[in-house]
Amino acid sequence: MKPATFEYYAPASVDEALAILERYDGEARVLAGGQSLVPMMNFRLAMPRAIVDLNRIPELAYIEEEGELVRIGSMTRQRRLESDPLVAAKLPLLREALRWVGHLPTRSRGTIGGSIAHADPSAEIPMVLQVLEGEVVARGPQGERRIAAQDLFHAALTTSLAPLEIITEVRYPAMPTQTAYAVEEFARRKGDFAIAAVAVTLVRDGERCTKARLATAGVGPASIRLREAEAVLEQKGLSEDAVGEAADKAAAQVDPASDLNGSAEYRRHLTGVLTRRAVSRAIGPGT
Amino acid sequence: MPAEFEIRLTVNGKTYRGRCEPRRLLVDFLREDLGLTGTHIGCEHGICGACTIFFNGEAARSCLMFAVQADGAELVTVEGLAKDDVLHPLQQAFHEHHALQCGFCTPGMLIAALDFLATNPAPTEDEIREGISSVLCRCTGYVNIVKAVAAAAEVMRTAKSSEQGE
Repeated sequence: MKPATFEYYAPASVDEALAILERYDGEARVLAGGQSLVPMMNFRLAMPRAIVDLNRIPELAYIEEEGELVRIGSMTRQRRLESDPLVAAKLPLLREALRWVGHLPTRSRGTIGGSIAHADPSAEIPMVLQVLEGEVVARGPQGERRIAAQDLFHAALTTSLAPLEIITEVRYPAMPTQTAYAVEEFARRKGDFAIAAVAVTLVRDGERCTKARLATAGVGPASIRLREAEAVLEQKGLSEDAVGEAADKAAAQVDPASDLNGSAEYRRHLTGVLTRRAVSRAIGPGT
Repeated sequence: MPAEFEIRLTVNGKTYRGRCEPRRLLVDFLREDLGLTGTHIGCEHGICGACTIFFNGEAARSCLMFAVQADGAELVTVEGLAKDDVLHPLQQAFHEHHALQCGFCTPGMLIAALDFLATNPAPTEDEIREGISSVLCRCTGYVNIVKAVAAAAEVMRTAKSSEQGE
């Protein structure tokens, strides 16, 4: 199908974009990379009165380091992040996760901020924001505010962003050099939406695990942290038994739905399996 | 009725001007307004990859962009691959390895494979399978497509090294 008619604006600055959004009072949609919104418009699942296209705002595309933070402009393309040396050095988990995001031609256009604002339950980028405890910077009529990952994702396609706000920046604490990490995902075909995915980061001190972070995609209405599994690893270490217990906790914590791709029970099972695989691969063989 | 926009873009090295309403998809603009029907439309929601083109040097879905967004852009479509009636090495390899059956996915397959080979000039078979996974072939003729991409990769590497040797 073809999209319904809409008014089109391509502002040159965030201020200008915000002014247009305000003028349409909730009836305009922000267009980032378009890899989710345009299909919805082609199907007429989305019929906004106006489109505010952020693709002509160069100030929203950057990757910078500031102290212990990596700051990424919301319109930075996924493809650029994939090959960026700073991302490879400071956020290797994000780099690994990006390989699971759609395909190279969709990553050419898809942006980091667009994926987060869209908040698809099976998307990898929100999962990475959760596991790395990142935050977004949002600008709106009332000015600028920061929203932590744990306060951002409410339900499928639903965030705590206000209708007139735009994500301008995504921030991640740089991963400490010794962080072990892995992303494990199950999808029917490469590049398909995740049926289930788990991302993990681990900081170790000898036999102990001083910090464990785990988050999901595809197994609930929004990406969540697997806090009970994290607690098991932090309290009991990374023995096979502890990892098995963490996997059981992970499976028990999630609340997946059934659909054509898999039943709730199947997704719950996968959550446990992928948790065990992710932790095992992160810590590596022989440890 | 929303205002129409005047756009100017380069396709296969040639400059075009056109008018379009905002909802005009880039793929429809290429086919209907510019008459460049080599790029195909399949699913119209970014899944099948038949409409894949080069947008400013990178493969992208032309069904997931509005024509107005291509104002000032440089595009390459399947019509731009052959030079002076000589097939591109990848097209030649598709011909030799019978890598097309009905041919519907071929324009997207060629562009996606070229973009992939630019990021990975010496891929393994598994990497080729992953590299072309963004385009669906409903004839399921993947075996010969993979062969063709592998053969073209080798021809393109040899051509590049002999260029550098001269």
